[in-house]
Amino acid sequence: MIRSAPFFGLSAALVAVVLPAAAQNACATGKTLTEGTLTVATGNPAYYPWVLNDAPEAGEGFEAAVAYALADRMGFAADQVAWVRASFDESIQPGAKNFDLNLQQFSITEAREQVVDFSAPYYAAAMAVLVRQPTIDAGAEPTVASLKSLIWGADANTTAVPMLQGLIDPDRDPLLYNDNVDVTAAMKAGQIDAAIFDLPTALYIAAVTLDDGVVLGQFPADRTDNPDRFGMLMAEGNPLKTCVDAALQEMAADGTLAAIEATWLQEATGVPVIE
Amino acid sequence: MPTTPGAGLTRRQLHERRARRRAGLIAMASTAAAIGALVTLVPLAPGWSAVQRSFFDGAVFAQTFPTLLRAFLLDVAIFAWCAPAIAVLGLAIALCRDARAPALFPLRLFGIIYVDVFRGIPVILVIYLIGFGVPGLGLPRPWNSPYIWGSLALILTYSAYVAEIFRSGIESIHSSQRAAAASLGLSHGDAMRFVILPQAIRRVVPANMNMLIALQKDVALLSFIGPVEVLRQAGVYKSLLANFTPYVVAAVIFLCVTVPATRYADHLIARQNRQRS
Repeated sequence: MIRSAPFFGLSAALVAVVLPAAAQNACATGKTLTEGTLTVATGNPAYYPWVLNDAPEAGEGFEAAVAYALADRMGFAADQVAWVRASFDESIQPGAKNFDLNLQQFSITEAREQVVDFSAPYYAAAMAVLVRQPTIDAGAEPTVASLKSLIWGADANTTAVPMLQGLIDPDRDPLLYNDNVDVTAAMKAGQIDAAIFDLPTALYIAAVTLDDGVVLGQFPADRTDNPDRFGMLMAEGNPLKTCVDAALQEMAADGTLAAIEATWLQEATGVPVIE
Repeated sequence: MPTTPGAGLTRRQLHERRARRRAGLIAMASTAAAIGALVTLVPLAPGWSAVQRSFFDGAVFAQTFPTLLRAFLLDVAIFAWCAPAIAVLGLAIALCRDARAPALFPLRLFGIIYVDVFRGIPVILVIYLIGFGVPGLGLPRPWNSPYIWGSLALILTYSAYVAEIFRSGIESIHSSQRAAAASLGLSHGDAMRFVILPQAIRRVVPANMNMLIALQKDVALLSFIGPVEVLRQAGVYKSLLANFTPYVVAAVIFLCVTVPATRYADHLIARQNRQRS
């Protein structure tokens, strides 16, 4: 395409003005969907405490804050981060993706890694047991033996399902649901006694969604055979992965990740460990 | 007796036989060409290998099939206890709508509103509302089971459709038959029981077969409120393996049941059409 000289001059001037703000580090240049923009996907809706008020643009909530910190580390200013929504199914379907990174508490597993790429983990979640007060009054205790006899529920789309079988192996088949909201509805309806979530989600539901919710106990991440580590999902073979991993390692080493965690994820001390 | 094949046939019959053979050959050739084009062209698409890995992974198929087949038994069980209840309730609603005595008008009104409401709401909404809503009122176990209330939701929705099918059957019986029954001294109820319904129900069997096939698939919607039947089990595998092949397995299992059922319904409809003409 041939442009007229004045127009070309004008656009060159514009680029010169914009470029200083858009100085990505060399690594990310040319590797994003849209040049100069980091497109990040979250859930629809995005859940507390990972994203506050379903508004990731505000940078509030653990994952939103991690995304902006990571973007900053990779040389993207806050206004160069674009948010899109993508479900888990959309993220693993074959074909082009509409995001550079997708972070919504995706657990890194070997099977998933054959289809998509994951970044280095940005959070290691302990699994926690959520119950309501009546279940505790009926004698439930944070021991595996006591937990076996409860009726269990979980979000079917998470690694909580195999963990439930592996850690507790309940006497009765668990009931599985589409999302946290449905699991909570079943708890309110008394159809399940207990549900397994990652600890931050369990603490949030116990404190906010349920009137009488209690986090009965936690399985620490390092106790399970397969710790639940959250990674950012990328299309398989995404060249951005090395840049993301490098930035995440920096953030872990200099305490940035820990500081974000302290800001946005509730203090988890005081939750008994399940024997 | 002539022994050459075709001997004894008129020229017209010979011509027709040739035409039939030709038509058969053309049909075979065009089918082969269409299938051949699909088989060769689809894999040429640039994303085919990715699609094949995501949807048609043989190892995943073999790994998930036994568990999914076991989970399908739950679908069959839900179907088995819902279908008779739907037939009974559907017939009752149809009879309500057919109530003709002025004093029974409330029944008629009930039938109309019932059908309007439950035919007008998507079945998944009814399952959510009844499956989570009614147990939320504080029912004790086991009366808050999602199996009970989810099944009830299916029964309510499907009986509205089935009631309309029964009603169309009842109304298709000519009113002269009611008059004839009355002239023989049968009461209104007896006329319905011994004259109208036996004909009406027979007439709507094919239409009801279609509802059975639809129900067979919709029982999977109960998974939304907890039961781990084949669709949910496939979803769990999909999530763990990041692969959609388990859904294809579930689809194959459903087809193994619904295709024979559909053919049987077609057969019933064809037989009925032959009898009527």
